[in-house]
Amino acid sequence: MTAADESLLQVRDLVKSFPVRRNGWRDRHPHDVQAVAGISFDVRRNETLSLVGESGCGKSTTARCVLRIVEPTSGSVRFDGVELTTQSTENLRRMRRRFQTVFQDPQASLNPRMTVGDIVGEPLVVHGQTGDDVDERVHELLDLVQLGSGAIDRFPHQFSGGQRQRIGIARALALKPDLLALDEPVSALDVSIQAEIIRLLQHLRDELGLAYLFIAHDLSVVRHLSDRVAVMYLGKIVETAPTAQLYSSPAHPYTTALLSAAPIPDPLIERGRERIVLFGDPPTAADPPSGCRFRTRCWKAQDLCAHSEPSLVDIGEGQQVACHFPMHSLPT
Amino acid sequence: MIPVISDEPLLVVRDLDVRFAVTDGSVHAVRGLDLTVHRGEVAAIVGESGSGKSATMLAVLGLLDPNATVSGSACFDGTELLGASNAVLRRHRGGRIGMIFQDPMTSLNPVLTIGRQIAEAVITHQKVTPSQAEAKAVELLDTVALPDAVNRCRAYPHELSGGMRQRVMIAIALANDPDILIADELTTALDVTIQAQILSVLRDLQVARGLTIVLITHDLGVVAGLADSVHVMYAGTIVEAGPVVDMFHRANHPYTAGLLGSIPRLDRPEMELVPIGGIPPSLRSDPDGCAFAPRCRYAVATCTSEVPPLRRVGALDVACAVLPFAHPPQTGTR
Repeated sequence: MTAADESLLQVRDLVKSFPVRRNGWRDRHPHDVQAVAGISFDVRRNETLSLVGESGCGKSTTARCVLRIVEPTSGSVRFDGVELTTQSTENLRRMRRRFQTVFQDPQASLNPRMTVGDIVGEPLVVHGQTGDDVDERVHELLDLVQLGSGAIDRFPHQFSGGQRQRIGIARALALKPDLLALDEPVSALDVSIQAEIIRLLQHLRDELGLAYLFIAHDLSVVRHLSDRVAVMYLGKIVETAPTAQLYSSPAHPYTTALLSAAPIPDPLIERGRERIVLFGDPPTAADPPSGCRFRTRCWKAQDLCAHSEPSLVDIGEGQQVACHFPMHSLPT
Repeated sequence: MIPVISDEPLLVVRDLDVRFAVTDGSVHAVRGLDLTVHRGEVAAIVGESGSGKSATMLAVLGLLDPNATVSGSACFDGTELLGASNAVLRRHRGGRIGMIFQDPMTSLNPVLTIGRQIAEAVITHQKVTPSQAEAKAVELLDTVALPDAVNRCRAYPHELSGGMRQRVMIAIALANDPDILIADELTTALDVTIQAQILSVLRDLQVARGLTIVLITHDLGVVAGLADSVHVMYAGTIVEAGPVVDMFHRANHPYTAGLLGSIPRLDRPEMELVPIGGIPPSLRSDPDGCAFAPRCRYAVATCTSEVPPLRRVGALDVACAVLPFAHPPQTGTR
């Protein structure tokens, strides 16, 4: 595959910092906190890239910067060859029909006073469609997400969590986007419902040729849905690899620890597993450690890690890792 | 690997019924539930939102809101808790029965130091001086592996991370050497690496003190790692109960099997997820038959007319009239 030309979304050196007033509101010299500290990745057409990491690692902020829901501080975001960060609001609005979002909480992201038909049809109206065209497309969309046209005149509160997430997905698909950013789309749902939404997302991707930027913390769900995975820690990508490669031979100690901490629902396997329990909590992004950001919790850390920050290095099989002492390195 | 559990029942719940009065009628949250927890056992109560798992334990502890009507029996080591006087309940709660709730931020008082809050739990139940209670607080924080315990005692909840706050909650629950610890969604709000820390603290405590634990959770991965027995709840009743290995490998109830088949597994990327389909029933009216029947692909005519009682199949108690997997393949998931 020729990676460069296939790439639908290209993110380079993305930085997002937020000013934080450390001494209360009267602080005249706000301190910058880098939520996203210079990350680069590509999403190819019809590919699912997952950003995984724990709360506060900057994965949601990354997605928001990419879609310009928040303005990135610096860096470049190219969508299908067009730089997004410098587009005028007007141009951006036109381009947004090609990349849409599904949010975590379907309860909060659907207007309770609008009918399902209005919610799903709103993007079409905003982008200038009217009358029967809208109705027809709304019917089509509700069938696509397996809700059925009967839902049109009902309100969000009349649906269960899983059904509401289907409404959110239908809305995101209304303008036939090429890319969907999915921010924890299943984490608010019960397990039996989760499976339905995961299957729907798989089906839609295959049917419509969509690319997904999937933000999640559940490593089992991620393994099921993604082609490639990027692991984030404190605003940086520490490892990225094709899904099978990452799960079978993680190279970064953090990835290894994450995988070992994710429980497997089988007592015979779960109790026999070798577990790496990291000590301490992730440090705050306001005051990241020098050198490698993971070194304060890393059992392999040495002096070098405190002095020099490791950069992402290709170790073959499409796997890149930012670590001085990876679990494994270049295959010989 | 799996510790031996005594036959001595510590908590025996019989025919527990919980109804909540709401504006237009009532919600029947728990329906005739039976549950026995043995001394030294980690018993997991598993179910999805609204299945009644939290309501069950809150009812046992007398902590439900006034709009709840509770009937049945809950006997803790010989003492009946349902309908017991406030004095009896107060003596047990936080004393011999420790409790940990899901969200440590809302359970801790934001304007008191954590040392003070732990000491309060000690003073309420033991005749100690304030300085003894404070010393005990430090000791408890050490027990839950919170580093720098002496200084942490002077910290306020907002100064701690989620994982640390949850350790404080465990410390408070352990303050009076309880016989039983009731943990409601202990790690749900935490990240996986922090969850692993908390679970390992709990595992160590359980082994060191022979603590009995009731684990209320929806996370079957946590259950697989920690529980001895599992009680699966659906629509206010237990549909299947028994030893953890049997539950994960020889489940007989279609709902249990459905749950296991719908969770993506880290170790099985090729596994096809099979959703259960449909949604849980409303608890406003009682179903005529099995509450799971409308979503069950194995349901027959009797399922919608008769409520199936729990009966013993192998090592498990199952409430299912059909038993579609009476001789299931002995592998993990179907």
